[in-house]
Amino acid sequence: MNQKTVQRDRPWLMRTYSGHSSATASNELYRMNLSKGQTGLSVAFDLPTQTGYDSDHPLARGEVGKVGVPISHIADMESLFDQIPLGQMNTSMTINATAPWLLALYVAVAERQGVDPSQLQGTTQNDVLKEYLSRGTYIFPPEPSVRLTTDLIAYTVDNIPKWNPTNICSYHLQEAGATPTQELAYALSTAIAILDAVQASGQIAQERFQAVVGRISFFVNAGIRFVEETCKMRAFGRMWDTMAQERYGVDDPKQRRFRYGVQVNSLGLTESQPENNVQRIVLEMLAVTLSKNARARAIQLPAWNEALGLPRPWDQQWALRMQQVLALETDLLEYGDLLDGSPMVEAKVQELIVGAEAEMARVAEQGGMVQAIESGYVKRELVQSHTRRMRNIESGDLKIVGVNCFQETAQSPLTSGTDAGIMKVNVQAERDQIVALQAFRAARSQGEVDASLAQLRAAAADGANIMPSSIVCARAGVTTGEWSEVLRDVFGEYRAPTGIDISMVGQTGSAALDDVRERVRKTGEELGRPLRLLIGKPGLDGHSNGAEQIAVKGRDAGFEIVYEGIRLTPAQIARAAQEEGAHLIGLSVLSGSHLELVEDIYGELEKIGVSGVPLIIGGIIPEDDARQLKDQGVAAVFTPKDVDMNAIMADMVDVIRRANGLEAYA
Amino acid sequence: MNSSELPDPAELADAVSRGERAALATALNLLDDRRSESRQCAAQFLARLQQDESCAGGRLIGITGPPGAGKSSLTAALITVWRQRGLRVGVLAVDPSSPVSGGALLGDRLRMKTSSDDDGVFVRSLACRGEFGGLSAEVWPMSLVMLAAFDVTLIETVGVGQREIDVSRMCDTTCYVAQPGSGDSVQFLKAGILEVPHILVVNKEDMGAVARRTLSELGAAMNREHSDGHWQVPVLSASATRGSGIEALADAMEQHHEMLLARNELGPRRQRYQAQWILKRLLDEFGSFGIERLGGEREIFDQLQVQDLALFEQYEQLRQRTVGFYNDIQPVL
Repeated sequence: MNQKTVQRDRPWLMRTYSGHSSATASNELYRMNLSKGQTGLSVAFDLPTQTGYDSDHPLARGEVGKVGVPISHIADMESLFDQIPLGQMNTSMTINATAPWLLALYVAVAERQGVDPSQLQGTTQNDVLKEYLSRGTYIFPPEPSVRLTTDLIAYTVDNIPKWNPTNICSYHLQEAGATPTQELAYALSTAIAILDAVQASGQIAQERFQAVVGRISFFVNAGIRFVEETCKMRAFGRMWDTMAQERYGVDDPKQRRFRYGVQVNSLGLTESQPENNVQRIVLEMLAVTLSKNARARAIQLPAWNEALGLPRPWDQQWALRMQQVLALETDLLEYGDLLDGSPMVEAKVQELIVGAEAEMARVAEQGGMVQAIESGYVKRELVQSHTRRMRNIESGDLKIVGVNCFQETAQSPLTSGTDAGIMKVNVQAERDQIVALQAFRAARSQGEVDASLAQLRAAAADGANIMPSSIVCARAGVTTGEWSEVLRDVFGEYRAPTGIDISMVGQTGSAALDDVRERVRKTGEELGRPLRLLIGKPGLDGHSNGAEQIAVKGRDAGFEIVYEGIRLTPAQIARAAQEEGAHLIGLSVLSGSHLELVEDIYGELEKIGVSGVPLIIGGIIPEDDARQLKDQGVAAVFTPKDVDMNAIMADMVDVIRRANGLEAYA
Repeated sequence: MNSSELPDPAELADAVSRGERAALATALNLLDDRRSESRQCAAQFLARLQQDESCAGGRLIGITGPPGAGKSSLTAALITVWRQRGLRVGVLAVDPSSPVSGGALLGDRLRMKTSSDDDGVFVRSLACRGEFGGLSAEVWPMSLVMLAAFDVTLIETVGVGQREIDVSRMCDTTCYVAQPGSGDSVQFLKAGILEVPHILVVNKEDMGAVARRTLSELGAAMNREHSDGHWQVPVLSASATRGSGIEALADAMEQHHEMLLARNELGPRRQRYQAQWILKRLLDEFGSFGIERLGGEREIFDQLQVQDLALFEQYEQLRQRTVGFYNDIQPVL
């Protein structure tokens, strides 16, 4: 066949999830990525921005510019998109609790660029429900959160018609341990909850409702079991089509298409032999591209070194090139659907649909997704799945090359460079951001700010759509913290169920666990009382899966675990250690702010006179930092490499023993 | 703490009475410590502490109810109201232990997140450790420590049915939190499984109709006159999430407290609880045989109430007597 006449499908949208340090630095990165052939932008915001704090808030300490870009006000947003014409760009923003605010800033910047907001294209993730289950960047209780989501949807359908107002995420459910069946069930149940809420809000005329269904998009995960993952995508498409037709009466097939973007699995990326992640990522990408009828609309790939630390521009470029090779070099885009008619695939799709429908029915019985989240049911199911996965890795039933088999490796040239193969964050960035923020505050018109905030408060309280007053605030120079503070005041703050109250699953007398239990019990006797471990997450990072797994395992090993949850200040952790009489403090930090936070916690412990309580930390911690933490006094550092939970428990016992002048077991 | 580092009991008691946080933590750890030298130290500490009359004052409030009823969130909301009223608050939050591993997952703190610069709040989580029908044996001595340092001591326990009774046998005022839509509380009340609390509150009134229905069912199911007498049990409605009804709940607790004070019932009540705690521990340690040798439950109970001794001293005296009986038993050859 003559190559020139072959019809190729248009490739999916290629993005890289990025943003760091400051708006200016991120803008440079975006422009560079676009010049390399990236076709859309995917903005990563830092945690203060995601959880509604200004860069100079005490909880923001150490977090500014770490996992994304700090955006405190319109001038930040303007720098972020400097020389990037918003009228032609397709921008995806990973933003949830503060989604209406970031969209308002985006609209205000478009106005300043002279672009008609109705022309804007892009996506706000705007799926708070999954934040209660994974990721943890929620702020308000479920009811007002659903209302904000609904407001944003209703506003864009009327005013920014090409915008994807919500990207319902099964992505983070998989990261929290969800099986494909659970992913299908909970994502679709979330879509039902949101669509029902839009319908009930009365903001959209019945005849326009089809358009709302048509604007709902999804953000999906693809794991390494790529055959099953492909089947999952086909199941998604079919279930969504049926639901749109039967539940919402959408008769235009175009409006019933399951439109989704993908970030492939991060959970399965390993810290050991990290080069293997490259083939994992490629295979996972295959899962969401292979079947034309279930192909992703947009793909962003993680970098091979994500489990080590923050990726460098070169690492991100490598991830982009993977997409380009698949789309442009291979013949994938020349064919129709490769899997249609395969009985094997069809059977698997059916199996997934049946399983997902049964789970959706259980959610519906409880009154729907919001209720099933509030009662803790969904979180409990996820923690249970995740615990099962961890046990299978531990036992070797689930093979991970380089982790629980084939661990031997030659020295890697990829990680032996001076930067150890990861990005070094500019430590000056946080201070610069704060100085700029304070200067911005001083220069704006306070009267205008106060008036617009009053307008926002009124809208929040009386149920008017939140978007118009938020846009007024954006123009007036209101900050992220101020916008959020008004809503916190009106709606209240929330703490989601932890799911850690699960019963002990599958405790079939493992010798290793019995051994650890005996050590925990005996050490408790020697110290006079049962061993108490305080577990908490300082800072704003809400990825609590690791902390929860340790909490559940710790209980199973016989520790008394005091679980303090997420978003804690160093002072709160120090106080809790004192009040609870902890023998050991266990921290979990995945945002990269471990050095600052540990330093502060030691300071707070000293201030209130707590001495001799050892501290351990788990998270994504580069080796250099681990050494530095140990110099600061941290007794043990655990990273994704440590998968043997019994060994972690045994280490914890020894840390306590050493701190109390007893001989360690190991 | 190593035995070499045991605190000076008298100094520790004085520091606790002054409300010093570090001392409170040390005292609670000491009362948890089962090594014999620590127990001696703990006995001396409590003896000294109980000389301080603050131990006999304060408000000792129990909050109980089924899992998921929102007890911790309600506690957090009450703390806010009490702090606004200038009252200092100590909390003992009790959660179950795992019968298999002996471990526990204590998650109440999560919902009681308090300001980190407020010295007027102190929260200690406890595992019930399978003892004492749901209440850890350490709760009573620990609540004495809290009473010495705080205006309000609150004990939060999870429980359905029988276990709630333990709380009401230990607190001046017992508040039961009911879950809207669950018929359990009503059934327990009707069947007499649930001893009538002093205050009943239906949480989550933001759920609307279902909460109102539970409220009216509870009101209808129970005899409002409390078996203690002189008290009409209020059935209240609140929402911890919204912060509604919390003031009224705190008011009801205060009224019950004032009633106890006015009728001079606080002292006798606390003495009765102390006697019950001692009896229960003896029963755990020696079984009914031991109790019989001491003259039977009634007799011990009456004796305990006339003695004016500190907790561990009373307990130790009886313990020694019982051990004596066993030593006297001649082996039958």
